Amino acid sequence: MTNLEFTPLVLAISMAAGYLGSLTGLGGGVIVTPALTLLLGVDIRYAIGASLVSVIATSSGAASAYVREGFSNIRIGMFLEIATTLGALAGAYLSSRTPTSILAIIFGVVLLQSAWQSSRGALRDLAAEDADPLATRLKLNGTYPGDESMRHYNVSHVKAGFGLMFGAGAVSGLLGIGSGALKVIAMDQVMRIPFKVSTTTSNFMIGVTAAASAGIYLSRGYVEPGIAMPVMLGVLAGSMLGARQLIGARVRMLRWTFAIVVAVMAIEMIVSGVRGS
Amino acid sequence: MNTWDDERLERIISIVLRTGVTISAVIVLLGGSCYLIRHGYELADYHVFRGAPEEYRSVDAILHAMGPANCRAIIQFGLLLLIATPVARVAFALAGFVLERDRTYVVITSIVLAILLYSVAFEH
Repeated sequence: MTNLEFTPLVLAISMAAGYLGSLTGLGGGVIVTPALTLLLGVDIRYAIGASLVSVIATSSGAASAYVREGFSNIRIGMFLEIATTLGALAGAYLSSRTPTSILAIIFGVVLLQSAWQSSRGALRDLAAEDADPLATRLKLNGTYPGDESMRHYNVSHVKAGFGLMFGAGAVSGLLGIGSGALKVIAMDQVMRIPFKVSTTTSNFMIGVTAAASAGIYLSRGYVEPGIAMPVMLGVLAGSMLGARQLIGARVRMLRWTFAIVVAVMAIEMIVSGVRGS
Repeated sequence: MNTWDDERLERIISIVLRTGVTISAVIVLLGGSCYLIRHGYELADYHVFRGAPEEYRSVDAILHAMGPANCRAIIQFGLLLLIATPVARVAFALAGFVLERDRTYVVITSIVLAILLYSVAFEH
């Protein structure tokens, strides 16, 4: 295949991944890597390098809008980024020492988890607990725009959340994805931060987390311009289209269809990994 | 906590992010068009991992390789700007916390910035 054939093909796949990723909240990175490896036979290390770069583009684009609306909490984001960036460094180092067959299997498992989480729809807010004294000391408790007035929220289980964020960062660095789903679980389910604040703050953190592993990916030659160019432009364009789409009743249907497609891709990734090893 | 300053900080961060992504996307697009015009009929073979050439692997090397004759270096430069965008965001947040005289968050933000600079500025 020549570059003139390869580039538009990758661009189209990436646009579709970005579009679906933003409609379902899964993110484009988690879809574009299996698509490139399974459909075009691209080596998984090139795919995760390109995917990671696209993750920075989409998360920074989206975060820019959320920050202005006042949902994301800069302090929570900044504090937890210590954990996610350290995790990302560890994950990126591990990535180059892990055989590609094992990477494919881990990717498949993470993909299955995302499909399952996405099919369930939005998580429900758990009952608020008293603020963790550490959260008070770190000024993590905040407010967000409610229906009529600003609503206050407390942050609990700061240490557990911090630990989980290290894990989310490691998965992000290992597989070149945003791992937004894991970040949301840590904030919403463990630290009891309201769902809207969790999702927007998670998006805010994804770009910084990805930048921490990007330096290592670049040094190792994972970021190949010929692939990263169409992937970054495609995922970015697709996710911008997806974000403009009105969220209607069809999203539920779409979510289910999509969860099945992702599950099939996940199983194929696992099978290809098992065959390869 | 001074909310006025936090709000102002959030607005600035929002602008930094949007500008960074837009500029880098435009540069990647220009580099990409240039690459397809010059190398469109070459074979795209990414089945076997060889790693991007050395000249595209570090900040120094990319800046050195940049020029109208090297389209892939232009793409890579655009991607570097993209990677620098979240780093700039953290740097702006640090400046904001310094202005707010929030010592705890000056320390926290400095740690994050140091981790990012360690990753991007050194070869691994």
